[in-house]
Amino acid sequence: MDAVGLGYLAAGIGAALTIIGAGHGIGKLAAAAMEASGRQPEVAGPVRTSMLIAAALIEGVTFFSLAICIILATK
Amino acid sequence: MNTAVDSLSQQSHLDTLGGQGVAGGAHGGENLFAELLRHLEDSHELETPFGHVHLPEFPPVDVFGLTVDLSITKHVLFVWIAAVLLCVVAISVARKYTRTEVPKGFTNFFEAMVVFVRDEVAVYNMGPRGIRYTPYLLTTFFFILLMNLLGLVPYGATATANVSVTAGLALIAFLMINGASMRAQGVGHWLAHLTGGVHWALWPIIVPIEIIGLFTKPFALCIRLFANMNGGHLVIVSLIGLIFLFQSYIIAIAPAGFVVGILFLELFVAVLQAYIFTMLTATFMGLGMQESGHGAEEAHS
Repeated sequence: MDAVGLGYLAAGIGAALTIIGAGHGIGKLAAAAMEASGRQPEVAGPVRTSMLIAAALIEGVTFFSLAICIILATK
Repeated sequence: MNTAVDSLSQQSHLDTLGGQGVAGGAHGGENLFAELLRHLEDSHELETPFGHVHLPEFPPVDVFGLTVDLSITKHVLFVWIAAVLLCVVAISVARKYTRTEVPKGFTNFFEAMVVFVRDEVAVYNMGPRGIRYTPYLLTTFFFILLMNLLGLVPYGATATANVSVTAGLALIAFLMINGASMRAQGVGHWLAHLTGGVHWALWPIIVPIEIIGLFTKPFALCIRLFANMNGGHLVIVSLIGLIFLFQSYIIAIAPAGFVVGILFLELFVAVLQAYIFTMLTATFMGLGMQESGHGAEEAHS
Protein backbone atom coordinates (compact mmCIF):
# COMPACT_ATOMS: atom_id res chain seq x y z
CA MET A 1 0.00 0.00 0.00
CA ASP A 2 1.40 3.39 -0.95
CA ALA A 3 1.52 6.51 1.18
CA VAL A 4 -1.62 8.03 -0.40
CA GLY A 5 -3.61 4.90 0.36
CA LEU A 6 -2.40 4.94 3.94
CA GLY A 7 -3.47 8.58 4.19
CA TYR A 8 -7.02 7.71 3.11
CA LEU A 9 -7.05 4.79 5.56
CA ALA A 10 -5.88 7.08 8.37
CA ALA A 11 -8.59 9.62 7.53
CA GLY A 12 -11.29 6.94 7.60
CA ILE A 13 -10.13 5.38 10.85
CA GLY A 14 -9.65 8.81 12.38
CA ALA A 15 -13.18 9.88 11.49
CA ALA A 16 -14.60 6.64 12.90
CA LEU A 17 -12.67 6.96 16.17
CA THR A 18 -13.75 10.60 16.48
CA ILE A 19 -17.39 9.69 16.11
CA ILE A 20 -17.08 6.87 18.67
CA GLY A 21 -15.63 9.30 21.21
CA ALA A 22 -18.08 12.08 20.50
CA GLY A 23 -21.06 9.73 20.48
CA HIS A 24 -20.02 8.24 23.79
CA GLY A 25 -19.47 11.68 25.33
CA ILE A 26 -22.71 13.24 24.15
CA GLY A 27 -24.60 10.04 25.00
CA LYS A 28 -23.38 10.07 28.58
CA LEU A 29 -24.11 13.78 28.81
CA ALA A 30 -27.67 13.38 27.50
CA ALA A 31 -28.30 10.39 29.79
CA ALA A 32 -27.22 12.38 32.83
CA ALA A 33 -29.31 15.38 31.78
CA MET A 34 -32.40 13.19 31.20
CA GLU A 35 -31.95 11.57 34.60
CA ALA A 36 -31.57 14.94 36.28
CA SER A 37 -34.65 16.44 34.64
CA GLY A 38 -36.60 13.24 35.28
CA ARG A 39 -35.77 13.40 38.96
CA GLN A 40 -36.38 17.13 39.25
CA PRO A 41 -38.64 18.31 36.42
CA GLU A 42 -38.65 21.87 37.78
CA VAL A 43 -34.99 22.39 36.83
CA ALA A 44 -35.41 20.89 33.34
CA GLY A 45 -34.88 24.30 31.68
CA PRO A 46 -31.47 25.15 33.21
CA VAL A 47 -30.36 21.51 32.81
CA ARG A 48 -31.23 21.65 29.11
CA THR A 49 -29.27 24.88 28.67
CA SER A 50 -26.14 23.57 30.35
CA MET A 51 -26.50 20.30 28.44
CA LEU A 52 -26.55 22.20 25.14
CA ILE A 53 -23.46 24.19 26.12
CA ALA A 54 -21.53 21.07 27.13
CA ALA A 55 -22.68 19.24 24.00
CA ALA A 56 -21.52 22.16 21.87
CA LEU A 57 -18.11 22.10 23.54
CA ILE A 58 -17.73 18.35 22.87
CA GLU A 59 -18.91 18.93 19.32
CA GLY A 60 -16.32 21.68 18.84
CA VAL A 61 -13.46 19.35 19.73
CA THR A 62 -15.00 16.68 17.48
CA PHE A 63 -15.01 19.06 14.56
CA PHE A 64 -11.33 19.86 15.06
CA SER A 65 -10.59 16.19 14.62
CA LEU A 66 -12.99 15.76 11.70
CA ALA A 67 -11.45 18.76 9.95
CA ILE A 68 -8.04 17.09 10.26
CA CYS A 69 -9.51 13.91 8.74
CA ILE A 70 -11.07 15.84 5.85
CA ILE A 71 -7.77 17.64 5.17
CA LEU A 72 -6.02 14.26 5.24
CA ALA A 73 -8.51 12.79 2.78
CA THR A 74 -8.55 15.68 0.31
CA LYS A 75 -4.85 16.52 0.20
CA MET B 1 -29.56 24.96 0.33
CA ASN B 2 -28.66 25.35 -3.28
CA THR B 3 -27.32 21.87 -3.94
CA ALA B 4 -30.62 20.01 -3.77
CA VAL B 5 -32.59 22.25 -6.08
CA ASP B 6 -29.79 23.19 -8.40
CA SER B 7 -28.39 19.78 -8.94
CA LEU B 8 -31.88 18.57 -9.74
CA SER B 9 -32.42 21.46 -12.13
CA GLN B 10 -29.13 20.60 -13.79
CA GLN B 11 -30.02 16.95 -13.84
CA SER B 12 -29.75 16.53 -17.59
CA HIS B 13 -26.32 18.15 -17.58
CA LEU B 14 -25.11 15.94 -14.77
CA ASP B 15 -26.70 12.91 -16.32
CA THR B 16 -24.55 13.28 -19.39
CA LEU B 17 -21.54 13.83 -17.14
CA GLY B 18 -22.30 10.68 -15.19
CA GLY B 19 -22.93 8.77 -18.41
CA GLN B 20 -19.56 9.80 -19.76
CA GLY B 21 -17.96 8.80 -16.50
CA VAL B 22 -19.51 5.34 -16.54
CA ALA B 23 -18.49 4.88 -20.15
CA GLY B 24 -15.02 6.22 -19.43
CA GLY B 25 -14.25 4.05 -16.45
CA ALA B 26 -14.19 4.08 -12.66
CA HIS B 27 -13.56 7.83 -12.34
CA GLY B 28 -17.13 8.76 -13.29
CA GLY B 29 -18.47 8.85 -9.73
CA GLU B 30 -15.53 10.95 -8.54
CA ASN B 31 -15.99 13.58 -11.27
CA LEU B 32 -19.69 13.73 -10.59
CA PHE B 33 -19.15 14.12 -6.87
CA ALA B 34 -16.68 16.95 -7.48
CA GLU B 35 -19.25 18.58 -9.77
CA LEU B 36 -21.89 18.38 -7.05
CA LEU B 37 -19.47 19.59 -4.38
CA ARG B 38 -18.76 22.72 -6.41
CA HIS B 39 -22.18 24.01 -5.36
CA LEU B 40 -21.03 24.17 -1.76
CA GLU B 41 -17.99 26.29 -2.54
CA ASP B 42 -17.68 29.99 -3.00
CA SER B 43 -17.77 31.04 -6.64
CA HIS B 44 -17.88 34.04 -8.93
CA GLU B 45 -21.14 32.85 -10.45
CA LEU B 46 -24.57 33.44 -8.99
CA GLU B 47 -27.22 30.90 -9.88
CA THR B 48 -30.64 32.35 -10.55
CA PRO B 49 -33.80 30.90 -12.10
CA PHE B 50 -32.88 32.82 -15.28
CA GLY B 51 -29.39 31.39 -15.67
CA HIS B 52 -25.97 32.13 -14.30
CA VAL B 53 -24.99 35.69 -13.44
CA HIS B 54 -21.30 36.51 -13.39
CA LEU B 55 -20.39 38.58 -10.34
CA PRO B 56 -17.83 41.40 -10.61
CA GLU B 57 -14.22 40.34 -10.21
CA PHE B 58 -11.50 42.74 -9.14
CA PRO B 59 -7.76 42.18 -9.53
CA PRO B 60 -6.09 41.16 -6.24
CA VAL B 61 -4.82 44.02 -4.07
CA ASP B 62 -1.64 44.04 -1.98
CA VAL B 63 -2.27 44.94 1.66
CA PHE B 64 0.87 44.95 3.85
CA GLY B 65 2.51 42.32 1.68
CA LEU B 66 -0.57 40.09 1.63
CA THR B 67 -2.36 39.52 -1.65
CA VAL B 68 -6.07 39.98 -1.01
CA ASP B 69 -8.76 39.16 -3.54
CA LEU B 70 -11.61 41.58 -2.92
CA SER B 71 -13.91 40.27 -5.65
CA ILE B 72 -17.60 40.08 -4.82
CA THR B 73 -18.29 36.36 -4.62
CA LYS B 74 -21.51 34.46 -3.98
CA HIS B 75 -20.94 34.29 -0.24
CA VAL B 76 -20.04 37.98 0.04
CA LEU B 77 -23.28 38.78 -1.77
CA PHE B 78 -25.29 36.62 0.62
CA VAL B 79 -23.65 38.22 3.66
CA TRP B 80 -24.76 41.58 2.28
CA ILE B 81 -28.26 40.32 1.53
CA ALA B 82 -28.55 39.03 5.10
CA ALA B 83 -27.26 42.35 6.50
CA VAL B 84 -29.68 44.46 4.42
CA LEU B 85 -32.59 42.14 5.18
CA LEU B 86 -31.79 42.25 8.90
CA CYS B 87 -31.59 46.07 8.89
CA VAL B 88 -34.91 46.42 7.04
CA VAL B 89 -36.75 43.90 9.22
CA ALA B 90 -35.32 45.05 12.54
CA ILE B 91 -35.84 48.77 11.88
CA SER B 92 -39.41 48.31 10.64
CA VAL B 93 -40.26 46.09 13.61
CA ALA B 94 -38.69 48.53 16.06
CA ARG B 95 -40.70 51.39 14.52
CA LYS B 96 -43.93 49.45 14.70
CA TYR B 97 -43.15 48.40 18.26
CA THR B 98 -42.70 51.93 19.57
CA ARG B 99 -45.85 53.17 17.83
CA THR B 100 -48.35 50.65 19.15
CA GLU B 101 -49.31 49.74 22.67
CA VAL B 102 -49.82 46.04 22.07
CA PRO B 103 -47.60 44.38 19.45
CA LYS B 104 -49.25 41.88 17.16
CA GLY B 105 -48.38 39.56 14.33
CA PHE B 106 -44.77 39.57 13.19
CA THR B 107 -43.78 42.25 15.74
CA ASN B 108 -45.03 39.98 18.51
CA PHE B 109 -42.97 37.08 17.17
CA PHE B 110 -39.87 39.27 16.99
CA GLU B 111 -40.47 40.55 20.52
CA ALA B 112 -40.60 37.01 21.88
CA MET B 113 -37.22 36.22 20.32
CA VAL B 114 -35.64 39.47 21.51
CA VAL B 115 -36.89 38.89 25.05
CA PHE B 116 -35.61 35.32 24.91
CA VAL B 117 -32.09 36.44 23.95
CA ARG B 118 -32.14 39.17 26.61
CA ASP B 119 -33.43 37.05 29.49
CA GLU B 120 -32.25 33.53 28.71
CA VAL B 121 -28.91 34.35 27.09
CA ALA B 122 -27.61 37.75 28.24
CA VAL B 123 -28.99 38.05 31.78
CA TYR B 124 -28.80 34.30 32.43
CA ASN B 125 -25.03 34.29 31.82
CA MET B 126 -23.93 37.76 32.83
CA GLY B 127 -26.47 38.94 35.37
CA PRO B 128 -28.02 42.42 35.16
CA ARG B 129 -24.80 43.77 33.66
CA GLY B 130 -25.48 41.65 30.62
CA ILE B 131 -28.26 43.96 29.41
CA ARG B 132 -25.53 46.30 28.14
CA TYR B 133 -24.35 43.56 25.75
CA THR B 134 -27.81 42.50 24.57
CA PRO B 135 -27.64 44.54 21.33
CA TYR B 136 -24.45 42.75 20.28
CA LEU B 137 -25.88 39.33 21.13
CA LEU B 138 -29.13 40.10 19.31
CA THR B 139 -27.26 41.24 16.20
CA THR B 140 -25.10 38.12 16.22
CA PHE B 141 -28.09 35.84 16.71
CA PHE B 142 -30.29 37.29 13.99
CA PHE B 143 -27.42 37.81 11.54
CA ILE B 144 -26.23 34.20 11.82
CA LEU B 145 -29.82 32.94 11.77
CA LEU B 146 -30.57 34.87 8.58
CA MET B 147 -27.38 33.70 6.85
CA ASN B 148 -28.13 30.09 7.83
CA LEU B 149 -31.72 30.32 6.64
CA LEU B 150 -30.77 32.00 3.34
CA GLY B 151 -28.80 28.85 2.59
CA LEU B 152 -32.00 26.81 2.72
CA VAL B 153 -33.81 29.03 0.22
CA PRO B 154 -33.71 27.69 -3.36
CA TYR B 155 -30.83 29.25 -5.33
CA GLY B 156 -29.45 30.57 -2.05
CA ALA B 157 -25.96 30.08 -0.65
CA THR B 158 -24.97 29.49 2.95
CA ALA B 159 -22.50 32.23 3.77
CA THR B 160 -21.80 30.65 7.17
CA ALA B 161 -20.54 27.53 5.37
CA ASN B 162 -17.51 29.63 4.41
CA VAL B 163 -14.78 29.54 7.03
CA SER B 164 -13.81 33.18 6.37
CA VAL B 165 -17.29 34.41 7.31
CA THR B 166 -17.35 32.45 10.56
CA ALA B 167 -13.77 33.56 11.30
CA GLY B 168 -14.92 37.17 10.98
CA LEU B 169 -17.81 36.53 13.36
CA ALA B 170 -15.45 34.77 15.79
CA LEU B 171 -13.00 37.69 15.65
CA ILE B 172 -15.77 40.06 16.76
CA ALA B 173 -16.73 37.55 19.48
CA PHE B 174 -13.06 37.47 20.61
CA LEU B 175 -12.99 41.26 20.91
CA MET B 176 -16.33 41.31 22.78
CA ILE B 177 -15.35 38.51 25.20
CA ASN B 178 -12.07 40.17 26.18
CA GLY B 179 -13.48 43.70 26.01
CA ALA B 180 -16.31 42.78 28.39
CA SER B 181 -13.81 41.09 30.71
CA MET B 182 -11.50 44.12 30.74
CA ARG B 183 -14.40 46.48 31.29
CA ALA B 184 -15.80 44.47 34.21
CA GLN B 185 -12.50 43.70 35.96
CA GLY B 186 -10.05 46.30 34.68
CA VAL B 187 -7.05 45.61 32.49
CA GLY B 188 -4.86 44.80 35.52
CA HIS B 189 -7.18 42.06 36.73
CA TRP B 190 -7.54 40.77 33.21
CA LEU B 191 -3.76 40.42 32.97
CA ALA B 192 -3.55 38.89 36.46
CA HIS B 193 -6.14 36.39 35.31
CA LEU B 194 -3.67 35.15 32.71
CA THR B 195 -1.44 33.86 35.50
CA GLY B 196 -4.23 31.58 36.70
CA GLY B 197 -3.65 32.56 40.34
CA VAL B 198 -0.82 30.07 40.86
CA HIS B 199 2.65 30.43 42.39
CA TRP B 200 5.01 32.52 40.24
CA ALA B 201 7.32 29.54 39.66
CA LEU B 202 4.58 27.95 37.56
CA TRP B 203 3.97 31.04 35.42
CA PRO B 204 6.15 29.87 32.49
CA ILE B 205 3.74 26.94 32.10
CA ILE B 206 0.43 28.56 33.00
CA VAL B 207 0.73 31.84 31.09
CA PRO B 208 1.17 30.25 27.62
CA ILE B 209 -1.70 27.86 28.36
CA GLU B 210 -3.98 30.73 29.40
CA ILE B 211 -3.02 32.73 26.31
CA ILE B 212 -3.78 29.74 24.07
CA GLY B 213 -7.04 29.37 26.01
CA LEU B 214 -8.01 32.92 25.02
CA PHE B 215 -7.78 31.98 21.34
CA THR B 216 -9.29 28.48 21.45
CA LYS B 217 -12.71 29.81 22.50
CA PRO B 218 -13.37 31.94 19.40
CA PHE B 219 -11.53 29.40 17.23
CA ALA B 220 -13.92 26.69 18.41
CA LEU B 221 -16.86 29.02 17.72
CA CYS B 222 -15.58 29.58 14.18
CA ILE B 223 -14.99 25.90 13.37
CA ARG B 224 -18.24 24.76 15.01
CA LEU B 225 -20.48 27.03 12.96
CA PHE B 226 -18.57 26.34 9.74
CA ALA B 227 -18.56 22.56 10.19
CA ASN B 228 -22.21 22.38 11.25
CA MET B 229 -23.44 24.38 8.29
CA ASN B 230 -21.29 22.32 5.90
CA GLY B 231 -22.18 18.97 7.47
CA GLY B 232 -25.83 18.92 6.46
CA HIS B 233 -24.98 20.08 2.95
CA LEU B 234 -22.40 17.32 2.57
CA VAL B 235 -24.97 14.72 3.60
CA ILE B 236 -27.42 16.05 1.00
CA VAL B 237 -24.74 16.02 -1.71
CA SER B 238 -23.89 12.43 -0.83
CA LEU B 239 -27.55 11.38 -0.95
CA ILE B 240 -28.11 13.07 -4.30
CA GLY B 241 -24.88 11.52 -5.53
CA LEU B 242 -26.46 8.11 -4.88
CA ILE B 243 -29.10 8.82 -7.55
CA PHE B 244 -26.46 9.43 -10.21
CA LEU B 245 -24.38 6.52 -8.97
CA PHE B 246 -27.22 4.05 -9.51
CA GLN B 247 -28.52 5.74 -12.72
CA SER B 248 -32.08 4.77 -11.93
CA TYR B 249 -35.36 6.62 -11.46
CA ILE B 250 -36.71 4.02 -9.05
CA ILE B 251 -33.76 4.33 -6.69
CA ALA B 252 -34.21 8.14 -6.72
CA ILE B 253 -37.33 7.91 -4.51
CA ALA B 254 -35.45 6.85 -1.39
CA PRO B 255 -32.69 9.54 -1.46
CA ALA B 256 -35.31 12.21 -2.28
CA GLY B 257 -37.21 11.24 0.87
CA PHE B 258 -34.06 11.29 2.93
CA VAL B 259 -33.09 14.68 1.50
CA VAL B 260 -36.40 16.15 2.63
CA GLY B 261 -35.75 14.76 6.10
CA ILE B 262 -32.22 16.17 6.18
CA LEU B 263 -33.53 19.55 5.03
CA PHE B 264 -35.86 19.67 8.03
CA LEU B 265 -32.91 18.70 10.23
CA GLU B 266 -30.91 21.53 8.65
CA LEU B 267 -33.72 23.96 9.44
CA PHE B 268 -33.41 22.92 13.08
CA VAL B 269 -29.60 23.08 12.97
CA ALA B 270 -29.73 26.57 11.44
CA VAL B 271 -31.68 27.89 14.44
CA LEU B 272 -29.73 25.79 16.96
CA GLN B 273 -26.31 26.92 15.73
CA ALA B 274 -27.29 30.59 15.77
CA TYR B 275 -28.45 30.04 19.36
CA ILE B 276 -25.32 28.06 20.33
CA PHE B 277 -22.98 30.72 18.91
CA THR B 278 -24.80 33.46 20.83
CA MET B 279 -25.12 31.37 23.98
CA LEU B 280 -21.43 30.39 24.06
CA THR B 281 -20.30 33.96 23.40
CA ALA B 282 -22.48 35.10 26.30
CA THR B 283 -21.16 32.27 28.51
CA PHE B 284 -17.54 33.16 27.78
CA MET B 285 -18.28 36.85 28.38
CA GLY B 286 -19.96 35.94 31.67
CA LEU B 287 -16.99 33.80 32.75
CA GLY B 288 -14.60 36.67 32.07
CA MET B 289 -16.79 39.12 33.95
CA GLN B 290 -16.84 37.25 37.26
CA GLU B 291 -15.26 39.13 40.14
CA SER B 292 -12.92 36.38 41.32
CA GLY B 293 -12.07 34.88 37.98
CA HIS B 294 -8.78 33.30 39.06
CA GLY B 295 -10.22 29.96 39.98
CA ALA B 296 -9.97 26.59 38.40
CA GLU B 297 -13.72 26.58 37.78
CA GLU B 298 -13.23 28.36 34.49
CA ALA B 299 -14.24 26.34 31.47
CA HIS B 300 -11.83 25.93 28.62
CA SER B 301 -13.22 24.79 25.35
